[in-house]
Amino acid sequence: MEDTKPQLLTVTIDGIAVEVEPGTTILQAARKIGPDVAPPAMCYYQPLKGSGGKCRACLVRVAAGSTKDPRPMPKLVASCLTAVQDGMVVENTTNPQVVDARNGIVEFLLLNHPLDCPVCDQAGECDLQNFAFDHGKATTRYEEDRRTFEKKDIGPYIQLHMTRCILCYRCVYTADQITEKRVHGVLGRGDASEIGTYIEKAIDNDFSGNVIDVCPVGALTDKTYRFKNRVWFTKPVDAHRDCPTCSGKVTLWYRGDEVIRVTARKNEWNEVTEFICNTCRFETKKTSDWVIEGPTKVSRSSVISANKYRADLEKPSFGKRLAAAEYKPIHDERDTSQLSIQQLPPERFAKTLPSAVEPEP
Amino acid sequence: MTKKILTEHINVPGIETFDVYRQQGGYTAVEKALKTMTPDEIVEEVKKAGVRGRGGAGFPMGMKWSFLAKPEGVPRYLVCNADESEPGTFKDHYLMKHIPHLLIEGMIVSSFALGANKSFIYVRGELMYVIRILEKAIAEAKAKGFLGKNILGSGYDLELVVQPGGGAYICGEETALLESLEGKRGNPRNKPPFPAVKGLYQCPTVVNNVESIATTSWIINNGGDAYAAIGIGRSTGTKLISASGHMRKPGVYEIELGLPVEDFIYADEWCGGIRPGHKFKALVAGGSSVPILPANLALTLANGEKRLMSYESLSDGGFATGTMLGSGGFILFDETSCIVKNTWNFSRFYHHESCGQCSPCREGTGWMEKVLHRIEHGHGHQHDIDLLVDVSKKIEGNTICPLGDAAAWPVASAIRHFRDEFQWHIDHPTEATQPGAVYRGEMALV
Repeated sequence: MEDTKPQLLTVTIDGIAVEVEPGTTILQAARKIGPDVAPPAMCYYQPLKGSGGKCRACLVRVAAGSTKDPRPMPKLVASCLTAVQDGMVVENTTNPQVVDARNGIVEFLLLNHPLDCPVCDQAGECDLQNFAFDHGKATTRYEEDRRTFEKKDIGPYIQLHMTRCILCYRCVYTADQITEKRVHGVLGRGDASEIGTYIEKAIDNDFSGNVIDVCPVGALTDKTYRFKNRVWFTKPVDAHRDCPTCSGKVTLWYRGDEVIRVTARKNEWNEVTEFICNTCRFETKKTSDWVIEGPTKVSRSSVISANKYRADLEKPSFGKRLAAAEYKPIHDERDTSQLSIQQLPPERFAKTLPSAVEPEP
Repeated sequence: MTKKILTEHINVPGIETFDVYRQQGGYTAVEKALKTMTPDEIVEEVKKAGVRGRGGAGFPMGMKWSFLAKPEGVPRYLVCNADESEPGTFKDHYLMKHIPHLLIEGMIVSSFALGANKSFIYVRGELMYVIRILEKAIAEAKAKGFLGKNILGSGYDLELVVQPGGGAYICGEETALLESLEGKRGNPRNKPPFPAVKGLYQCPTVVNNVESIATTSWIINNGGDAYAAIGIGRSTGTKLISASGHMRKPGVYEIELGLPVEDFIYADEWCGGIRPGHKFKALVAGGSSVPILPANLALTLANGEKRLMSYESLSDGGFATGTMLGSGGFILFDETSCIVKNTWNFSRFYHHESCGQCSPCREGTGWMEKVLHRIEHGHGHQHDIDLLVDVSKKIEGNTICPLGDAAAWPVASAIRHFRDEFQWHIDHPTEATQPGAVYRGEMALV
């Protein structure tokens, strides 16, 4: 009884081989390699059982099913649900078909999205924003009216903006799996489906606030934090307290020395690691209530880490990427030797240009 | 006359009652199966018959049965999909209404073959009167000892439940049907796991169409080889075709697979030709979700041969010049019908029926409908046709269930074959929006 470990499977994603345990999904295997390879996930949420498969943002192409059966899969598959096989070859962003499909998904998700990021509390930590930045276009081909919904009040703590919802069902699974009774769900069908409580009920239980954290967009936001600040102006700090109902491990979001928001701690994939109760989230907002552990490590290149205070963090690449996209070398063929301009040494420019802009080979 | 398997006795008065059905040789398959055959032998016969799923996808039924997982101590279920809601298809409705015992007999035999002790018939919710007919027939069969405990003394028990559907097209997709049957919202499940492994209540389940199940009693009585002798190639047996549209005799016809499309349309035995004074313009051969074909391609293959009513011949040439047999919803259009309007109508249906679970279908179907609405009502832009093609491509194949494909194919194929007509609507909005206005440009009319 020496070898009780399951045999590891080798899967190649975008040319990078990784060994994973049997039963791992392609998405998890890709996440093991790193954020550059991991497909985006708008509905899949690892802590929630049964989530995934709905947004189709994580579609990948399986170029070879396994060593035994190396045929490619006929359609693109949802990487969040497809288990890896030994010898599987997966194409993520290296395949134009996948990129094309993903561009399509962004377009579909944004069709009826209000694009009110300037007034949305989620801006800056929004999965859809990141996804659109990676795969979206600056213009839309949609000319009709966007769909709207009647406003619904779902209680004193949670603000529901149905127009922003992308129907990922995460909040439904959350309520199913961590609360005793789910009182909200998806009503209607097709593009008229909406999250709601049948007959205008308030969502009222100790863990209801977690739907705010799992929401990938600004459809469910914290009423106690509403319009108070932008996330990139706040400082996240890890803290804990002795809570009778939950683990009490949270992230406090400071503006100056004032706690303006409390959320659960999230990992690098923006997934909550431990769900917290409403008392911690909404009612304990004094520094004296908490034991401070230190600044939160924001490991993904997000705008939250854009400001400040940790020199070792890589600055978000958004600006650089934008600059790289906008930057065009000027082919000036005029003879400048005739002009009485003092030629500056090229190093002068090199400093001011972002390092990401590398000359095309 | 072609061979009739399902509708042989359909015109016998009182066939909906147990006694008349029994007099016509009904329930002999149950006797034969339960008394002389083992479940595996039945599956073998159905495999030999090569009968392909009549619900639309055309997957071999015997193979589907043999995929059923059989773990110890776990119940297995047979579910009959009678949620027929495809526009243009009405064959199951006709069969259940007129000859309910044929389905029940098939259900008993199939359930015995699969080892299911509780089987369900999920009937479209709008067909309440059919549900009553079925329930009455089940009660009769039960009274005669063909259902319930210890059927015909064989020791086999079967309970048959008729379930009214949730009133949604999507509930005809097998996994959405199972969700709906479990009492949940009818959202299709992600596959795998397939229903054969984890279906109803997470137990192994087979979902079959009404027509597929109804054929089993004939196969048991006459043998799989006899069934396989009917038809052509891998399209064995007979098929019910729901013929509708601009023809002289619309209705449900049972045809032997392999019949030329031309004969089916023009022969007096079947559709009886295009309505007098008009010409054949286009054909939807298998229900609204299959690609539409112009008249010339509907009658002949790309290589000039006659097109036949069979799974292979209809899909010959892929989607470039072919279509699919689908569920057999045969819709015929003459030259007075506007393809743009028709495509918009289909698109509107899929927009309305999308479950809203996955994003390409939820957003894409609505988008296509709006663009088509715009073209039809004279507000189309020059780039709209390419936009539609692009949107349909981005939906197709990227969704959880085939509804996305079903919404994309009619639009893509209509543009593929009738692009001029779309262009005419965009170029001449005033003319095109006149009441009854139809494109009269160059096209293949037969």
